[in-house]
Amino acid sequence: MKELLKEKLAKQFTTVQFEFIEQFDELTLKLDKSAILNVCAFLKDDEGLKFNLCEDVTAIDWATRKKRFTVVYHIFSMENKFRLCLKVDLDDSECSIESVSSIWKAANWAERETYDMYGITFLNHPDLRRMYMPEDFEYHPLRKEFPLMGIPGSVPLPKK
Amino acid sequence: MQKLTKDNVHPKIVQALLGADSNITIEDALENEMILNMGPQHPATHGVLRLLLRLDGETVIACVPELGYLHRGYEKMAENMSYLEFIPHTDRLDYISPPANNVAYALAVEKLAGIIAPPRAQYIRMLLAELARMCSHLVAIGALAMDVGALTVFLWGLREREKILDFFDVICGARFTTSYTRIGGVASDVTSDTMRNIITFINQFEEKIDEMERLLNGNRIFVERLEGVGVISKDDAIDIGFTGPNLRASGVAFDLRRATPYLFYNEMDFKIPVYTEGDCLARYFVRADELRESAKIIRQVIDKMPNGEVMLNSPKKVLPRKTEIYTKMEELIHDFMIVNFGINPPVGEVYHAVENPKGELGFYIVSKGEGHPWKMKIRSPSFANIQAIPHLVKGQMISDVVAIVGSIDPIMGEADK
Amino acid sequence: MGLESKLTNDGFFTTTIDALASWARENSVWPMPMGISCCAIEMMAVGDPKYDIARFGSEVMRFTPRQCDLMIVAGTVTYKMAHVVKKIFDQMPEPKWVIAMGACTSSGGMYRSYNVVQGIDQFLPVDVYAAGCPPRPENLLNALMQIQEKIGKTRVKDFPDAQQSGFDTKPTDLSLSKN
Repeated sequence: MKELLKEKLAKQFTTVQFEFIEQFDELTLKLDKSAILNVCAFLKDDEGLKFNLCEDVTAIDWATRKKRFTVVYHIFSMENKFRLCLKVDLDDSECSIESVSSIWKAANWAERETYDMYGITFLNHPDLRRMYMPEDFEYHPLRKEFPLMGIPGSVPLPKK
Repeated sequence: MQKLTKDNVHPKIVQALLGADSNITIEDALENEMILNMGPQHPATHGVLRLLLRLDGETVIACVPELGYLHRGYEKMAENMSYLEFIPHTDRLDYISPPANNVAYALAVEKLAGIIAPPRAQYIRMLLAELARMCSHLVAIGALAMDVGALTVFLWGLREREKILDFFDVICGARFTTSYTRIGGVASDVTSDTMRNIITFINQFEEKIDEMERLLNGNRIFVERLEGVGVISKDDAIDIGFTGPNLRASGVAFDLRRATPYLFYNEMDFKIPVYTEGDCLARYFVRADELRESAKIIRQVIDKMPNGEVMLNSPKKVLPRKTEIYTKMEELIHDFMIVNFGINPPVGEVYHAVENPKGELGFYIVSKGEGHPWKMKIRSPSFANIQAIPHLVKGQMISDVVAIVGSIDPIMGEADK
Repeated sequence: MGLESKLTNDGFFTTTIDALASWARENSVWPMPMGISCCAIEMMAVGDPKYDIARFGSEVMRFTPRQCDLMIVAGTVTYKMAHVVKKIFDQMPEPKWVIAMGACTSSGGMYRSYNVVQGIDQFLPVDVYAAGCPPRPENLLNALMQIQEKIGKTRVKDFPDAQQSGFDTKPTDLSLSKN
């Protein structure tokens, strides 16, 4: 399955740079953010691959690296029983990426949650709002500079 | 008092509603839509789920769920505590079946650290995971029946669940939030007495499920209230991210215990119940059938249970035994290092998913080689399941909303993390 | 309440009417289950046939605040939820009591994070704290019995007339030193 995947991707996208990493029996695919929408559409629709279940969309904050964020997609193919992990590196200054919710509806809320926790905007998302924190919350909790105990006064408490 | 005739009723209602100072003009107040708040505190939403419904009379046009009322900051806390310290937190994710979450987390960390628990520990984990599945489905069926109006089934389900919780009490030490698994095994052994008692329980359990089904399956009100309500097709279900019993009720025979086997599930003989209608009744049937399948698996697990130890003997990654810590020097040092600085897995990341009673629970752990994870993401099944609610309630009545939410069986503890 | 307060100003009737009123109140405490997370499941277990709470008089767990006297806050209260809990508490008529069930409500529990209120006594007046994570059902029944004891020691004139105070829900001082 891994060989089939690599061949098909190389044949279909000749201009895109792919980087395959294998660790702990899992395959990770790193690519550039401009290609993400086309690659995901291909992975879902191709007859031999059919990655139809989008399990998760999340992000990692590396804090000190130049490319600060990495957006991670976990997709699963039910027919081939194969899981693939896609990764895209993002810079702090332009942390926005195309939304894949037009390809998998399951990514809709996961991207909203990533926006809430990390501040990464997803372009062309149908409904980009905060997920867990109240709408007027000003920070993004899972970024490394946000303290664990929170910033006092950022969320109001009712009076006694 | 002025007599209200047919002609001036409508304007008077509008007047009374708007009050003196308002800049809204409506042509006919009774033809408009209403926004109803099924707030976080509600007897029929399973936990603190807020649903904002846009209604036209009694028909729902649109629905927006709002989460975050139970957001406890698990992922941020996980970045600050060691892998072993996080085990009690995983209990509180899907808080109806805590041992299942413990098993999921322990498997993910063991995959990262590159260790495998001994076979007896794996069988015990399977036993607990299936008992937890039974607990969860009993509450799910009971709560669905209670929401629809059949209160007796809820109490019968809880009565059976109390017997299972007694087993958890004996095995794990706590009846509810167990924190039983450890990295590298389980905390303590299961005696043969307990296993005999579990078999006795299973033997009388099948009749109890039959009793509950007899109450519900022939009940016209129950069936008519759930049949044809909240239908989702096969492709839509996969697309929207359903996993678990909800997906199997739409005709997709997908179970992670068969697709990506973990523990020793590939040696167990059990069926995966699949129904094709995709409505609330099908979801209830899937859960009832899974109760029977879990009973079958437990019988096989207890039959095939091997002898051996329950914790791996790998001093750098697994806590040593207490008797040796108190008497020997190296074990004391290793215990000190593991508890204070954590097991240090290699640099890398891992995503491991298991079949929880609600769906697919996945842990995505990124490690930089330190004692605490750099990032932990919990892929909770209820989060993805609740995402489907706006799709399912479109065009249904308000009372169907209650039945739909009950059949999807969300748990806010894991949806909100 | 008007007739009782006139009768219990002083004199022989005081203790008898007080005893009668508090006996009636303590044996029919109707809880309002504010079930938020895991402790709510243990609260459901208190209602099941094994640890029956109906034998203590708490037969009905009404989900509407207008008909309840006791609010059992079961589960972690986050900042977003705190406003909801306070709103529901304000809607309960006097006399009312609060049980803080579990470690999360007493002091934030094991969640020392940015979104969890470290103890509901920051915005609610709590009468009894039940410890545990989650407290066993017997522990919750013990908390209920302590509330019953507390009610038994109250006097009728401790509760001001609702109409006089409007919707002022400042909690009355039920400290034992007044007796």
